[in-house]
Amino acid sequence: MEYESVIGLEVHAQLLTRSKLFCGCSTAFEADPNDNTCPVCLGMPGVLPVLNRQAVELAIRTGLAVQGTIATTCRFARKNYFYPDLPKGYQISQYEEPIIQGGWLDIEVNGQRKRVRLIRIHLEEDAGKSIHGEHLADPTKSYIDLNRCGIPLLEIVSAPDLRSPEEAKAYLQQLKTLLEYLEVCDGNMEEGSLRCDANVSVRPKGAQRLGTRTEIKNLNSFRFLQRALEYEIERQIEVLRQGGTVVQETRLFDAQRGITLPMRTKEEAHDYRYFPEPDLVPLRVDEAWIARVQASLPELPAARRQRFVTQYGLPAYDAEVLTASRALADYFEATVQRFPQPKVVSNWVMGELLRALHRFQHTPPQAPLTPEYLAELLQLLDSGVISGKIAKAVFDEVYETGRRPREVVEAKGLVQISDAAALEAVIRRVLAENAAQVEAYRGGKKQIFGYLVGQTMKATQGKANPQLVNQLLRRLLEEDGP
Amino acid sequence: MELWRYTVHELHARLCRGEITATALTEAVLSRLHAVEDRIHAYLTVTAELAQEQAAAADAAFARGEVRSPLQGIPLAIKDNICTRGVRTTCASRMLEHFVPPYDATVVERLRAAGAVLVGKTNLDEFAMGSSTENSAFVATRNPWDLERVPGGSSGGSAAAVAADACIAALGSDTGGSIRLPAAMTGVVGLKPTYGRVSRYGLVAFASSLDQIGPLTKDVHDAALLLQAIAGHDPRDATSAPVPVPDYTQALGRGVQGLTLGVPREYFVAGMDPEVEAAVRAAVAQLEQLGAKCLDVSLPHTPYAVATYYILANAEASSNLARYDGVRYGLRVEAPDVVEMYRRTRAAGFGAEVKRRIMLGTYVLSAGYYEAYYRKAQQLRTLFRRDFQEAFRRCDVLATPVSPVPAFRLGERLADPLQMYLADIFTIPVNLAGLPAISLPCGFTAQGLPIGLQLIAPPFGEETLLQVAAAYEAATPFHRRQPALA
Amino acid sequence: MISEADVEHVANLARLALSAEEKRRFAAQLGAILGYMQQLGSVPTADVEPTSHVLDLVNVFRDDTVQRTLTLAEALANAPETAHHYFVVPRVVE
Repeated sequence: MEYESVIGLEVHAQLLTRSKLFCGCSTAFEADPNDNTCPVCLGMPGVLPVLNRQAVELAIRTGLAVQGTIATTCRFARKNYFYPDLPKGYQISQYEEPIIQGGWLDIEVNGQRKRVRLIRIHLEEDAGKSIHGEHLADPTKSYIDLNRCGIPLLEIVSAPDLRSPEEAKAYLQQLKTLLEYLEVCDGNMEEGSLRCDANVSVRPKGAQRLGTRTEIKNLNSFRFLQRALEYEIERQIEVLRQGGTVVQETRLFDAQRGITLPMRTKEEAHDYRYFPEPDLVPLRVDEAWIARVQASLPELPAARRQRFVTQYGLPAYDAEVLTASRALADYFEATVQRFPQPKVVSNWVMGELLRALHRFQHTPPQAPLTPEYLAELLQLLDSGVISGKIAKAVFDEVYETGRRPREVVEAKGLVQISDAAALEAVIRRVLAENAAQVEAYRGGKKQIFGYLVGQTMKATQGKANPQLVNQLLRRLLEEDGP
Repeated sequence: MELWRYTVHELHARLCRGEITATALTEAVLSRLHAVEDRIHAYLTVTAELAQEQAAAADAAFARGEVRSPLQGIPLAIKDNICTRGVRTTCASRMLEHFVPPYDATVVERLRAAGAVLVGKTNLDEFAMGSSTENSAFVATRNPWDLERVPGGSSGGSAAAVAADACIAALGSDTGGSIRLPAAMTGVVGLKPTYGRVSRYGLVAFASSLDQIGPLTKDVHDAALLLQAIAGHDPRDATSAPVPVPDYTQALGRGVQGLTLGVPREYFVAGMDPEVEAAVRAAVAQLEQLGAKCLDVSLPHTPYAVATYYILANAEASSNLARYDGVRYGLRVEAPDVVEMYRRTRAAGFGAEVKRRIMLGTYVLSAGYYEAYYRKAQQLRTLFRRDFQEAFRRCDVLATPVSPVPAFRLGERLADPLQMYLADIFTIPVNLAGLPAISLPCGFTAQGLPIGLQLIAPPFGEETLLQVAAAYEAATPFHRRQPALA
Repeated sequence: MISEADVEHVANLARLALSAEEKRRFAAQLGAILGYMQQLGSVPTADVEPTSHVLDLVNVFRDDTVQRTLTLAEALANAPETAHHYFVVPRVVE
């Protein structure tokens, strides 16, 4: 029997606010353990939460970008459970009344477009972090850091519309790009700003009913997501093939072994005892507020991708790669503004720049070679001051040192030799040194020409203007011929 | 000089005239406190040193001609579920026996800014859960009128301290009657403000949608002065109302002419103490004589108040008390794993009543019971609000007893929690509807136990309460009678 | 009626260790109190909106500004056990 997988993702995105959801503590990532805490996020007796307006604003922004319905009135609820990184013994979240309902995200896999529906998006506070003792000191203890506790999160729940690990990955990629565009989340999966859980089940192809699902927790990279899903789908299919049944449970992905494992604790039937948070008043979002946020929305990835094709005449592939990150698209446009040859810029951004960003683990704004410098470099190339080969060397030099391209070219004497007289002298010397090859060429072995061009370039350390070399070499070979 | 006998407004006048100093006053109150404390056990912590410092600062201000408020230099007591920076705040619980908050409650911040003197933290039922102050983990406070009887609860320490002159005035908190009931049982004035009138920031939460801080004082004028100092919007409490605070003392001399007094028939029930009923009816007659119009009204859902309240309050409490887990502060009982540590810590840290309420609250919120209990109680809450809205269409203020019975004997009701809960039947509806209410002395039983009159007003109608209460007080002698504690 | 098993389940949700005596007592007391509460069932409330809050207040916010109110030492001062600026608890079993 053939099986198909059914996947839904629950993504937690850390909102880009300066302060926490319910208190004035900083959300900065680097800090001593428990240094970004206060009585409110420590859950001390008698203190009260007050909602961060900006977090609500970011939630609305996200809701509008996915065509969701913004609730006119919604409430916060307490989700009650005990865990040492949850100071109050409850998490302030949203339950029956999320701020956003519905909406969708379009993805593309292997040229197939697909609409993934969203069920809901809600606001909640993050928990702290527990570190097992052996990683720090005493293995019989756990160590609690509450810096992250109270940081605003958006929980984004998709419908079970995804049918393969590739689709799941594409969805997560698309969501990440969107949240970055919206400046809602920095999308940093390593630092945990974007976290993903997956609900996955399998069923015979064509069946209507959903199979029993498992939930896989903490899939914190695209690779893990894909590998965990691939493994889990195989596992479930295997269970069914053996005539068994899938157990509804929560599983963890063991990245080292590439397998999923049930969580060790006996899952005590969760009973979160949700009830309306009495310390907060309802949230009312009126038309005017929505309109204000709508007006402030930036251009979204799909629109920008389309514009890159029509406005710059870029191939769809280029537009896709460049707009996958807002920062990269911004970099591209900033460069094109100074050097209006979009396809040339695109080639360099997709080639040299992406390579360098990857090598140095930089984001586009961190690149020492700024759009201004790239434009300058391309100008030098375009006007023939340097050759393409030199340009690549200059690119690396500028990227590593942060010096201006023009400066690097001048300091290193990399200016292209376009002086016909000087070049002619070099070529004559090359021809003299390669008398045998010249003989052969003249004897009809025309392919020797390329070799002679190479020798000339070598003699000039690549600085010779290639067109001029071609022209001069051809003339000298013809002229001086017998 | 028995300075401790006087009220805030009397002492303020003398301080302003330079007849007495805050230091002398504080000394007098501290010595009175020490003289009676071993009999009434009103305090959990006495902050003599802090009080002396604050009194000296107040005197220095008076000397500079600086008078920041009518509370400057006045020795006050604060219920020990209200956080005081640097002064331990126990909630009368083993759980927080050594907890020293690094922050002040907003009301405490305001009292400090007003130049008040803090003499100590008063006893209460653990986490304010109770009606007798017997649920304190440390000591049962005694009623100054009869040391074998309870002072009422849960603000029993504050009420007893005011009644015994072991402070000039005090703050309490009221979730279902915890200011008004002890005020009635100890013969003092207790005011529970409108929900949202006073910031809850720093008040250790029992039931967040019901809790409110308010004053316990020797007379109505003092209640106005304390309310003035603590009322008003607080950006740290999202449920504090951005409603302007009037000058409450302006209401005191207005009389009751032209006001309509509603008397809800459901508040005079079978089984209530006949002396209490008689005293309250006499008080209504007195107000009528003073010029108020009296009217029979109905609050039909009153019989359901206790059930509704104990569902909602305990549900919230079960969640509010989840933070006491032995991790960041408070008691910890060690165990090999964290879940067992929680279970043992909470078993050892909470008393029987608190556990009972956590259990009840957890039960009514748990899967399968939410609709039948919690949601149903929320719907009842809507009906309570409607009852009052309906009544206030016809009258300006309601007059009722505070409690069906005067102060009972220690231990008398401990065995039957439900009987204890029923003592709150007349105070609870006010919290469910978020209304302001005041309790003031309106007589004594033949045995000499105080009886309280409760006045209830529409939201933010504290002025009306003070106006009626002041008129009644001016015409009656009850607030002047002192317990025989030598 | 509340059984001792119900009491145990609820006590587990609430993280309360109860003695056998407490379980017996709570089963009886909770049964009586919940029985009393069942009188609410007789009040017709089909069309009644639930009240979770008596205030007619919506949209209470704070601005997104960072405000420091505690030092690290103050944050840790009341804790039963700390090390390396962490709160320390007996090991958490996942």
